[in-house]
Amino acid sequence: MSEQSAPGADGSGRPSGRLLEVDDLRVEFRTRDGVAKVINGVTYHVDAGETLAVLGESGSGKSVTAQTIMGILDTPPGFVTGGQVRFHGKDMLAMSAEQRRRIRGEGIAMIFQDSLSALNPVFTVGFQIAEQFRIRRGMSRADAKKRAIEMLDQVKIPNAKGRYSNYPHQFSGGMRQRAMIAMSLALDPEVLIADEPTTALDVTVQAQIMDLLGELQRERQMGMILITHDLGVVADVADRIAVMYAGRIVEEADVYDLYAKPAHPYTLGLLNSIPRMDEKGQELRTIKGLPPNLMNIPPGCPFNPRCPMAQPVCREKLPPLLQVGRSRASACHFAEELVNRD
Amino acid sequence: MTENIIEVRDLVKHYPVTRGIVFKKTIGQVKAVDGVSFELKAGETLGVVGESGCGKSTLARVLMNLERPTAGQVLYKGQDISKLSGGALRRLRRQIQLVMQDPYTSLNPRMTVGDLIGEPFEIHPDVAPRGSRRSKVKELLDLVGLNPEHINRYPHQFSGGQRQRIGIARALALRPEVIVCDEPVSALDVSIQAQVMNLLEKLQAEFGLSYVFIAHDLSVVRHLSDRVAVMYLGKMVEIGTEDEIYERPTHPYTQALLSAVPVPDPTLRDNKAIIRLTGDVPSPVSPPSGCRFRTRCWKAQDICAQEVPLLQIRRGSDHPSACHFAEKREIVATHEAA
Repeated sequence: MSEQSAPGADGSGRPSGRLLEVDDLRVEFRTRDGVAKVINGVTYHVDAGETLAVLGESGSGKSVTAQTIMGILDTPPGFVTGGQVRFHGKDMLAMSAEQRRRIRGEGIAMIFQDSLSALNPVFTVGFQIAEQFRIRRGMSRADAKKRAIEMLDQVKIPNAKGRYSNYPHQFSGGMRQRAMIAMSLALDPEVLIADEPTTALDVTVQAQIMDLLGELQRERQMGMILITHDLGVVADVADRIAVMYAGRIVEEADVYDLYAKPAHPYTLGLLNSIPRMDEKGQELRTIKGLPPNLMNIPPGCPFNPRCPMAQPVCREKLPPLLQVGRSRASACHFAEELVNRD
Repeated sequence: MTENIIEVRDLVKHYPVTRGIVFKKTIGQVKAVDGVSFELKAGETLGVVGESGCGKSTLARVLMNLERPTAGQVLYKGQDISKLSGGALRRLRRQIQLVMQDPYTSLNPRMTVGDLIGEPFEIHPDVAPRGSRRSKVKELLDLVGLNPEHINRYPHQFSGGQRQRIGIARALALRPEVIVCDEPVSALDVSIQAQVMNLLEKLQAEFGLSYVFIAHDLSVVRHLSDRVAVMYLGKMVEIGTEDEIYERPTHPYTQALLSAVPVPDPTLRDNKAIIRLTGDVPSPVSPPSGCRFRTRCWKAQDICAQEVPLLQIRRGSDHPSACHFAEKREIVATHEAA
């Protein structure tokens, strides 16, 4: 399947000059109850200065992909069973733990959803940021503290100097997320993975944090992978979108194309089910049914039991992610029909 | 449509902040709800929106009489519910039911769905005679779109959306007049959220229910509500019909809140006038003097620190707003999107 995958990824293995590429990644979770196939051939890439949004519902595999890229997948139960994650063309999954450690933080950094559990409660926020400068950059305590305060200042934490010696619980949710951003950007990474960075925050604070992320990304020309389920946030910041369903990318497209005309019935269903401020009083168009059990993914297209367009072929043949038009790919047998309808 | 089913008058709920264990001493009050008044009409949906810590869930708890108010009244058909006890309270509880936010923790994992939904009948045996209970439960399961044959299953065998349906069936069991929904869809995925919202609308039409719909997601609230109240730090800052709040908001907080909602349309990303609020919500233990929003407000003047703005209809507007400088302002192009 990898030879006919997403646009941009050429399965031939020659260096394509991409910053970060995930190529036909497969991950399964081996549990007492059976094997859950969580990621079933995910391919995407991100370049410098670009924002790729990975959109999906719970259990679609979006966070597990990120954990695999970072090398923080819980093993066991999680096992990588195939595929590559290439950073500057080199497969990270084949690297030694030491080599990977060097990439973490400086090459690729990550922000987590729940800042309260991601920060260590028994160390001050400042210490946790300064630690990186001491260990990775060999700075003295005093220098590291100075740099950490600069970082807190950059993420617009008021009174950064005073806040340096606060503990995580003394910060509000928004402030903690800022501190997390400061921490992940401390070593100037080339790629930032933001896993639901604003899901736990209120809308007004969410707007502040997304602004800050956008600003820092532009300044540093970072590649960003934004993992989210929020179609509103995606529309505001993404350049490209990869939609995931049951451990696969079902559609990848430029943000404008995707919202204007989705090329996969799942994307269409998602877009239809958001209550829009401008369409009140009508019944919401829903996607019927539930996402599949990952231990028992239906044969053919995994979306077929919920799909309003499903045909016999969908129950038999798994649709590969194929290019449709110039800037998009869809894993639907009827992608052309979807895009060409009016 | 005009009869008031619930009337809330100057409702106050403070929680003491204490220090010490043996010589416990109250050192402050968390002013969770601090002077809120509104009414709920029969058959309508009142949306309550606000950010975390604004007092919306405390309001739900007081409406359910799970907490006694510090001051003020909650009147159900003219009767003060916080004064009731014993049998009278139990009878009232039938009429007001709650759907909780988290479908994972609000269902007892050791009870079957049949027991969970049937439990209200144990407490109110007069609603359904013993023999007919199982068939009633099956009816309820069918009503909320679950398979009646799953009556003997346990909560863990259901997905999040299905569990929320169980919660809704349980709230419906006693045929209440009012259902208080506290963030009923915020733990659900978008596609499932839409299914549950449609269900809530269907049930309202079928049984003439009144909803108090508490949520932080403004587009969800708009979709379901007839009227909307906006809360900030224990106070109601603006209340009006769905149209008045979303199309012609006059309170700066409502305006900022609405403009911050991400719109799922990338073509609007550059021409949105987003009001960026600075800072965080102050602590409800020591809220700012005067207007509570003044510390984050771009319009704040001296008067805002001195005088608490009342929730009243102000010049040039058609609905109550608690701002000294209430005025209309063009909000994001959300409605021009279509």
